[in-house]
Amino acid sequence: MSILEVRDLDVRHGLLQAVRGVSLSLEAGETLALVGANGAGKSTLLRAIAGASPAPAGGAIVFDGEDVTRRRAHERVRGGIALVPEGRLLFPNLTVEENLLVAARPGPWNVAKVVEAFPMLAERRRHRAATLSGGERQATAIGRALMSNPRLLLLDEVSLGLAPVAVDDVYRSLKTVIESGTTVLLVEQDLTRALETAQRVVCMLEGRIVLEGAAGDLTREQITEAYFGLHHDNGGVART
Amino acid sequence: MTWVNAVVQGVLLGGLYALFACGLSLLFGVMRIINLAHGDLAVLGAFLIWQISTSFGLSPFVALIPALVVMLALGYVLQKTMLTRSLRGGPLIPLLATFGLSIVIQNGLLQVFSADVRSLGGQAGPIAHASWTITDQLSIPVLGVVVLATAVAVLGGLQLVLRRTGIGREMRATAQDADTAGLVGVPSSSVYARATAIAIATATLAGMFLALRSTFSAASGPTQLIFAFEAVVIGGLGSLWGTLGGGIVLGVAQTVGAQFDPQWSILAGHLVFLLILATPRGRSLDLGGVRA
Repeated sequence: MSILEVRDLDVRHGLLQAVRGVSLSLEAGETLALVGANGAGKSTLLRAIAGASPAPAGGAIVFDGEDVTRRRAHERVRGGIALVPEGRLLFPNLTVEENLLVAARPGPWNVAKVVEAFPMLAERRRHRAATLSGGERQATAIGRALMSNPRLLLLDEVSLGLAPVAVDDVYRSLKTVIESGTTVLLVEQDLTRALETAQRVVCMLEGRIVLEGAAGDLTREQITEAYFGLHHDNGGVART
Repeated sequence: MTWVNAVVQGVLLGGLYALFACGLSLLFGVMRIINLAHGDLAVLGAFLIWQISTSFGLSPFVALIPALVVMLALGYVLQKTMLTRSLRGGPLIPLLATFGLSIVIQNGLLQVFSADVRSLGGQAGPIAHASWTITDQLSIPVLGVVVLATAVAVLGGLQLVLRRTGIGREMRATAQDADTAGLVGVPSSSVYARATAIAIATATLAGMFLALRSTFSAASGPTQLIFAFEAVVIGGLGSLWGTLGGGIVLGVAQTVGAQFDPQWSILAGHLVFLLILATPRGRSLDLGGVRA
């Protein structure tokens, strides 16, 4: 059964329509990678699912059988949706531990388990978030989202701005999270990472889904062509 | 010794200013609004305590308890209704809304209680006038010490809440980034409502001490707002312990100024405030939100 269903979603930034009639669904325990060029509407779609502004102009977001389209962000977190936003957006004057605790909700994830999943945070628990490196910030941001014990984890541009070593560390820890059974919707520009991590890949272009398929069935060439609007219907399900 | 006495009285007066200022500082730190009705809400609290105290023959310290409950609830409702709506309109709208609220409170109090001045000193018993005489020229009023101790306890308590509790973490997170706080499950409207309730409760406490140590009327609010604002700015916006320091600096400036000429008392406080504003620290005031 689908844990998330997005139906004909439209999202506008003022006059610009960033997401155009997007429909997708996500099974419980599945990891789906959303790829596409800058401005394709991936982050906007993720933020719309999380309840961040702007609110959808049309369509519906159904989570666990319940229409959450008009629910506010904090209500969706309580319902089980957590977003790791692009740019991390930590609370800079709070310590790592405080950043984690501020999001805490009952469930298996707690500070100790987050530190176990992201060992790089062990030494930094009492440090202010403003003093962290890029990788540590990303780990804290993912840990903070996990502290709400979500059933759906939305990850926006995990590798953006990180050194390759830090990306390796974060993805190694992320693998543990995915293996624990959390449903993940991942926005990622690094195709190799996306194909390695996700079971299914959806490619967006100019606010629309133009290609989707199982990660194992799609080639880098197919996805790259879809990135630039040159896709051919020779593998995944192409949409226009 | 006269000068020592002036400084001691100033430090004790600073406790009252710090109490007035801490609610203003908290609201600014968490919500980025300057509540222009803060002084009037304190005076409203003082009238409420006066009314309960005279109607039931209670000590003002006992009457404070039901008054605090009423004012806490008023703060919560005020945030959930008026302030939440005005915050959506940008930074100027809350300023105008609280200015309007200030006028409504002043005129409401005038209508109900007239323009007569009142005091709670008579109902409070000997504590209002008792003092420890150290020398002929130096005496320490008991009430002044109680006010300063209360200010330290309130500011210390708030500091503890902000640093050690979940509510405090939520307030600090919301103060830093309300939108992101929402994305991690913290509803900013509830955090704001709690902050407003606490701010108005501390204003009520300050209002009671003002009424115990001097007189008050429906028109007393704006003056207290100015002193509170000066204490907040001198101490650093959003800093709770800084607010205590700011209150004490303002209080000492006023009492030392009065030593030169009684008419210089208030003026000296304003001059110190302006001097601090003119310093590099004053010109680069930290707007970084509530700190703990």
